[in-house]
Amino acid sequence: MLGPAFAVAVIAVLPWVVPSFIVFDLIYVAAYAIGILGLVILTGMNGQISLGHGAFMALGGYTVAILAHAMGWPYWAGVPLAALASGLLGVVVGLVALRLAGIYLALATYSLAIATPSFLKHYKSITGGFGGISLDQLTPPAWIPLGPQHFVYYVAWAIAGIAFLASAFVVRGRFGRALRALRDQPIAAVSFGINPYVYKTLAFAWSAVLAGVAGALFAVATAYVSPDTFSLALSITLLVGAVLGGIATFWGALVGAAIVEFLPLVAQQINNGAPGVVYGVALIVVMLFVPDGIAGGLHRIAARARRRTPEIALESGGPVSAVAVNQPTRE
Amino acid sequence: MHDLAQQIVSGLATGSIFASLALALVLIYRSMGVINFAQGEMAMFTTYVAWQLVQIGMPMWAAFLLTVIVAFVGGVALERIVIRPVERASALSVVIVTLGLFIALNGLAGWIWGFVVKPFPTPFPTTPLQIGGAGFSAQDVGVIVVSLATLALMSLFFQKTKLGLAMRAAALYPEQSRVLGIRVGWMLALGWGLAAVVGAISGIMIAPVVLLDPNMMQTEIVYAFAAAVLGGIESPVGAVVGGLILGVAINLLGTYVEAIGNELRLAAALAIIVLVLIVRPAGLFGRVAVQRV
Repeated sequence: MLGPAFAVAVIAVLPWVVPSFIVFDLIYVAAYAIGILGLVILTGMNGQISLGHGAFMALGGYTVAILAHAMGWPYWAGVPLAALASGLLGVVVGLVALRLAGIYLALATYSLAIATPSFLKHYKSITGGFGGISLDQLTPPAWIPLGPQHFVYYVAWAIAGIAFLASAFVVRGRFGRALRALRDQPIAAVSFGINPYVYKTLAFAWSAVLAGVAGALFAVATAYVSPDTFSLALSITLLVGAVLGGIATFWGALVGAAIVEFLPLVAQQINNGAPGVVYGVALIVVMLFVPDGIAGGLHRIAARARRRTPEIALESGGPVSAVAVNQPTRE
Repeated sequence: MHDLAQQIVSGLATGSIFASLALALVLIYRSMGVINFAQGEMAMFTTYVAWQLVQIGMPMWAAFLLTVIVAFVGGVALERIVIRPVERASALSVVIVTLGLFIALNGLAGWIWGFVVKPFPTPFPTTPLQIGGAGFSAQDVGVIVVSLATLALMSLFFQKTKLGLAMRAAALYPEQSRVLGIRVGWMLALGWGLAAVVGAISGIMIAPVVLLDPNMMQTEIVYAFAAAVLGGIESPVGAVVGGLILGVAINLLGTYVEAIGNELRLAAALAIIVLVLIVRPAGLFGRVAVQRV
């Protein structure tokens, strides 16, 4: 309880102590955190690799945009609908994913991510094609004494808070244990009566809902959506954030979001190609030496300092610590 | 009629590129059961190397030859340094490592050569070839010939040489091969080297058409995935056949079917991947695997 309370306090205070251009970035950290959380649940806890969550973000973002632009819907109505739409797509993709394992799922979702921008560009009459859709800025109602940017910041983090709380609720108890069991020992899990089809599809759907909300937040914060916002790079960014932050913990989503928002800003000072090199090398290094990511690694250090065996979400092993445990991919 | 023939030849040309890349994917999949997400970026990077060599004045074919050698060494090095630690780890670990390679190579190419699109010299004459009254692009025909020659050489290598046999053995029966004295680890590295060579050749063939930029392979590799999946991810023959079929199909669909046009060709490739994986995961030529529980 102490940890999250501390985080909430920091987030509440931050806009007043940092320069305003950083507040702008922090809004995006909130959006990324929600999206990455989806991957933490789907990939970290349930073992299904998705390289295509940018597609769900696209659906979420464009749903809000189209509802606002073409039909005049206010954002507070559009965002839940965006979540619903992404959730439905998540069910569909999840059902397809049932037939694909490991590397094949990665392949199919990778292709989904690449196909998304051209899909969006093709249906120009709905999506506005290349040029995208411009939206109105989110302005605070008169009775809230905040500037527009601070208002968007608090709205974003409030939504993130709801997303994290809801997710914690969703994965507590039986559901979360079933997800992890399906990840670690699917055959044993099934023989214990866990229906893999239901749980895996639900995991996909929930992670898609989160990604949809993240995409909607992107749209509202930027007041603009375009096909190239939701390219392959976005899907990869989400996965990079999850892995670097800590793929199986909620904290990892937060840490990862901060990394993927701020690291490129710093690395771009060197060169346009630098963020890619840093990301790529970091991914490889983390995978080889610190598979739990930063949050996982810190958790382990803290637990060792308290001289207790760490009770991380990875529990019996998980996909990433199998680097140490041998789980051969071929006979 | 001539138009159709031209479209088919064009389709075969892109198809043979898909076939080459798909073959590289199959090569690595057969040796270690993983799909190398970085295959396209490795090809892209070596193509930039070729470009650089031509820029400093090397004659084209010498530059290409040197590039192929560099690609081989690079592929071997990458496998030994980056992939070896995760060779036996879970699918997720390997996906992430190859993805890391993807991102790093993309960034590195951008860093060194910038993100501005560059033209790439073509080794083939630009005047069209007249065959039976129809004009065919020499580029298309040249690509088909080079790609098929590469594939034929690969096939000969694996089927007829002792080293090729050793590599096949190491891929199928690693433990037994070790007993026989085959250095399985190095066979895997060789596999990566050869895959890199095939990728380099594909990149050089395709760059004159799609123009050189760090992101040039990202869409092509999707088609290569589709080709490999269609043909059967374990089958080299399947990769070639799948690639050619896919190239022609996508080209014809894109040209003659209004609803698909240019932008949805990728979506069509995606649909093929998903459909094949659902209906017949082994593809056209793969073996159907059954696992006892």
